[in-house]
Order: sequence, then C-alpha cells, then structure tokens
Amino acid sequence: MYYYNDFDASFVAERNRQFRAQVERRIDGSLTEDEFKPLRLMNGLYLQLHAYMLRVAIPYGSLDPAKLRQLAYLAERFDKGYGHFTTRTNIQYNWPQLRDVPEMLDALAEVEMHAIQTSGNTIRNVTSDHFAGAAADEIEDPRPVAELIRQWSTDHPEFQFLPRKFKIAVIASDTDRAVMKSHDVGLRIVERDGVRGFEVWIGGGMGRTPMVAKRLRDFLPRADLLPYLEAILATYNRIGRRDNKYKARIKITVHENGLDEIRAQVEDEFPRRRAVFGGEDQALLAEITAAFAAPAFKNTDPAPYFAARDADPVFRAWSDTNVTAHRTPGYGIVTISLKAHGATPGDASGDQMRLVADLGETYGHGDIRATHAQNLVLPHVPLADIPAVHAALKTLGLATGNIGLASDIIACPGMDYCALATARSIPVAQGIATRLEELKIEHEVGHLQIKISGCINACGHHHVGHIGILGLDRAGVENYQITLGGDASETTAIGSRTGPGFAYDEIVPAVERLIFAYLDLREGEEETFLEVYNRVGMAPFKSALYDAEARAYAAE
Amino acid sequence: MTVIVSDTGFAPEDFNAPITPLAEAESATTALDLAVDTNPAELGDRLGGVTMIRVDFPSSADGRGFSIARQLRLMGYGGRLRARGHVIADQYAMARRSGFDEVEISEALAKRQPEEQWIFRANWQAHDYQARLRG
Repeated sequence: MYYYNDFDASFVAERNRQFRAQVERRIDGSLTEDEFKPLRLMNGLYLQLHAYMLRVAIPYGSLDPAKLRQLAYLAERFDKGYGHFTTRTNIQYNWPQLRDVPEMLDALAEVEMHAIQTSGNTIRNVTSDHFAGAAADEIEDPRPVAELIRQWSTDHPEFQFLPRKFKIAVIASDTDRAVMKSHDVGLRIVERDGVRGFEVWIGGGMGRTPMVAKRLRDFLPRADLLPYLEAILATYNRIGRRDNKYKARIKITVHENGLDEIRAQVEDEFPRRRAVFGGEDQALLAEITAAFAAPAFKNTDPAPYFAARDADPVFRAWSDTNVTAHRTPGYGIVTISLKAHGATPGDASGDQMRLVADLGETYGHGDIRATHAQNLVLPHVPLADIPAVHAALKTLGLATGNIGLASDIIACPGMDYCALATARSIPVAQGIATRLEELKIEHEVGHLQIKISGCINACGHHHVGHIGILGLDRAGVENYQITLGGDASETTAIGSRTGPGFAYDEIVPAVERLIFAYLDLREGEEETFLEVYNRVGMAPFKSALYDAEARAYAAE
Repeated sequence: MTVIVSDTGFAPEDFNAPITPLAEAESATTALDLAVDTNPAELGDRLGGVTMIRVDFPSSADGRGFSIARQLRLMGYGGRLRARGHVIADQYAMARRSGFDEVEISEALAKRQPEEQWIFRANWQAHDYQARLRG
C-alpha cells in the first residue's frame, strides 16, 4: 500500500493552507463567486440541495484501517453519523458546515487523505479494479500505475481548468471490474512479446450521451504513459468544446472530430511531450510498485471455512455471493454489502466503518477497498477466518448476501440530496430491494445488475445496468424510464429504452414484471438476465412491461 | 494602465514596443498577441525572431492558455511569455509552471486581489509534482 512521503504530506498541508485562504478571500470579496466556485470544486466542496457536500477522494478505492476510522470520525463529528460511498470510490459527507470544512481537510491530512480534484473540470480521482492485488486473473497489480497517475494529475498546472471533468481508470485483467470503457481514458495493462504496456481507450462516458470508449492505441510502451496522457489532455484542452457544457466531454470531441483525427493530433503532440521525460517518472513508479508489494500471505488450513458452509445455510448463501476466489490458495476476497434490503445504497455509519476497519486489521492484512458498486471489500482474508468475519458483520447489519444480485443496486443520491437531480433514486432502490426480499427470489434470479440515476447525468450508471432506471421530471411529476441490456463488464454495452416511462409508484412493479418475465424466458438456471435479453431481444420484456399494464387497466 | 505580476510582486508595464495580433503579424514582427483559440503548432516556423508572446485569458475558468504556454516552450520558444487578462492569483503558480514568465492584469483586478495575494503563490517551485516526475 502506498504511504505518503514528506513531499506528499507537505503538498497536502500547503494545499489546505491555500484553501483556507481562498475561503477567507471569498468572504472578503477578493474572489468573486464565479472565481471561487472552480476553486472550491477542485477541493471537493459542492453546494447541494440542502447544504454543502464534501467529497473525499479514496484513490483507486484503497483504504487502510486508520483511514477508514478517520472517515468514521468525520461522519460522526461533522455529519449526521454516516458517509456515502460513491460510484467513483469516493466518500461523500452530505451535511458539513462550511466553517468546518478546513478542519475536516486537516483531519483527512492526518491519515494521508484529501478531497483534491474530486470535482471541478479537472482530472478526477483515478479508479481501478477493487480486487487489485487479489484477483486471480490480473497480470499485475494496477494500483502502482494508478498512484503514478494520481501524482501526475494532482495540481497539474495545465489541466485544472479543462473544458469539463476528466476520468481515468486503470485495469490489468481481461475481466473489467472498473467499467473502464465508460471513462474519458481507460487503460488496460497488457503484455506483448513479453513486454508490459497499455491498451489506451478514449471517449467513453455516461451522461446524456452515453458512449463506449474507442481504442486509441493497441500498445503503448510503459515509459510513454505520462507523456501520452499529457498529449491527450493537451489536445482535449485545446479543442474540447467550451460553448456548451453538455458537449464538452472528450467523448463528444472524439465523436465530432473522429477517432482518426484525434489520434493524429495526439500523436503529433506526443514526441515533444515525451522528450522532457527523462526516466524520473519510471524510477518513481518502481518505488511505488515496491510499496504495493503483496502482504505476507499465511499458509492456513481452509477446513473451518468449508465446515461453516456445511453447517450454516445462512453463511453458505452469503459466501456464495460475497466471497470471490483469491489468487493465493487458502485465501478469499470478501465483499461487504452496503446494500441491506431497504437501506440507502452506499451509506455506512461510523460504527459500521469502524467495524470494517477492525476486521481489516484483524483478519485482512490491513487492506480495505471501496468499490464503484458502492460496497466495501476485504481483499485478503484467510478462508479459515471468513466465518468469524461473517459473524462480526452480522452484528451491525453488514452481512447481506447479495453481491451481484438484483438488490445490489447502484443508485445516485438523487433528489434526496443532489441539486441536479430530477427524481428520487434512493427510495426506488429501497423499494425494489424490499420487494425482492418479500418475494425471496433474488437467489433464484441470480446475477442481475440494476442501476438507478435520478437525472440525465447518469451518476447511477443506468446506461450500463442490465436493468437501467432513469428518473426524470415530466411536468413536475417523477417519471422513470427503463433501459435493458446495458453491460458494465468487458463486453460494455449501452442499454436500450423499453418505451414510455413509469410513475414513481409504478416503477417497482414494472421491475418485478421484468424479473418474472426473465424467469419464464430463461432456458435454465445458468442463463443470466443479460444472456436472455441478448438472446431474445426487447420484445418479450416490452410485452411484460406494457401488455401486463394494459391488461390490468382492462380488468379495472 | 495594467499591472505586471512576477515573482517579486507588482510592477508597471516595461514592454513599450507594439504587440501585434497573430492575424496581422508580418515576418518581421517580434512581439505577438495570441488569442486563446490559437493552435501553437501552426506557429512552428515563425517563432524564430519572436521575443515576446502574450496569450489572452478571456476568463479564469478557461484553461487553454496554460496548454498554449507549455506547447510554445516545448516547441523551443525561449522568449518572454506573458499571460494577459482574467488570470487570478490562485492561478499564478499554474501560469509559471506552464511556462509563463509573468501575468498582466487590469488595475481593477490588482485592486481586488492585491499584491500579497500573488506573493502568497510565488512559491510555485515548491510542492510541484511535475518537477518530481521530470527531474
């Protein structure tokens, strides 16, 4: 795991000193509101519907017990006792007072954290695979590269006032657990002829114009990464649209100019950028890589794990969904669901955070991750210890066995918090999860991703949900559109709209009809919802959605 | 009157030759004004005799000028390089790190953001991740 050196620590301290002065200068009139806004955003401070919101960066989702305990402290000291984990593996505090924010930033700095570039038209918190360092299928741990990008992008003098926000993800396996192709730039570490380098993908994104990223480079040599990213960003900074914020993301720049033209401009810029990198970045990457060395895995007998599975059906069901194979024999990856049926997806109380921190310390080599699906992960737990972890999780409502199932819903904060939202998201997620629990069918249904956004900006990733739900405002009334067939994995796909939307009190029954239609249509338990959709297409689902409704009206 | 900001603080204008917009420049022009939508690559063969370039910042929210400065420096431009317009004190370090020598602001902005607010950011060579990555 990466720990700050003196440079990182003094950088964050200096940055906090600057931000304190900026707040004072806003108050004394030195800065206008228009001037101050980008400055507070690049320090993670939003003005929301009811209050300020502070979004804290969790770089590539990596935490340790001390960091998570401090996040718990912030939740209790400055918020209402909880924090909200987001789809960019950040954590948001929804109720801080403006005057407390500098103190919160200082408290974060104590544990080597900050809120820099979690917002604004900047390069945002870089994300990665939440199973990095533990996944059986990765060719290397992608986090050192992600950390290198974090350092390079932090306070980069050219790229603090881009046309729009810019998101980068790094993965290192065939399986994509980071929605890499929905990023402005997605990087996949690959090997060619025995040499490591990158596949570079560009122009993915969600929002009102969803796009799957396109491949810009098949193979970028490892040492070319930072100058190549600079060439991309400099090109985007120069020609990205600034006349319309909805056309300002690089996906539109790529779409309007064409991939070949963008590639030509990037390749033209690249040699001059490359010439000034003399290898210091690669030396730094080597240091960072050493810091991410795998923990000293123990050789333990996994028998207690299998005994618990045989003895306890609740543990068995939970471990079926929440424990993933680890690359080291005798170990498992434990995903902790923040999706208890009826709870707010991604919320965790201070007590819950402290419990996870303790479990990570006691059983998990001190390594904890936040996922883009708004859950937490203990990536390195000896199988023998997993029954004890499960027993502890049960005490605070953290033992929900639903990872990858229909109630493991991604939802944006929606109109309960967000100033941009046009509809509520959280109550829809709660309603669907509660209904699934009543029906007791989600284990039978199997892998199904439902993703909910409360506005067109798509923070809830609805475009790539197997079932996507988009909440809109139709003449002052909430209306929910459904998309089907979205795919957030390595076979990324944007979902297709089913037809007219549904009212707030109709959306949960509509999802229920889709799920029962799937159960009728599948050829066996092994065929997932997405596979059925890809086999049979929209028509039968559409029929289940709308014909049933028509029949219900006819019966009245 | 405008104010010229450098690492030592405020100073009056000391460049008294005319500065010509790129579109009107001739081969003998040595001082150029660049609009924010200029593509520096197109200046490649005419930088030779130029000793002063001024890049316009129409708004502090528009960061194009930082990349223009960087690109000019990477193309080998070694003359005086100035950011002019709506650049705020908080951007002084970004301007210097991108390759600008100085910033030209209006008297009104200089009054609203007095000299000490710019001096506060004159330590731009410290705490710079880019310097660590490039040696």
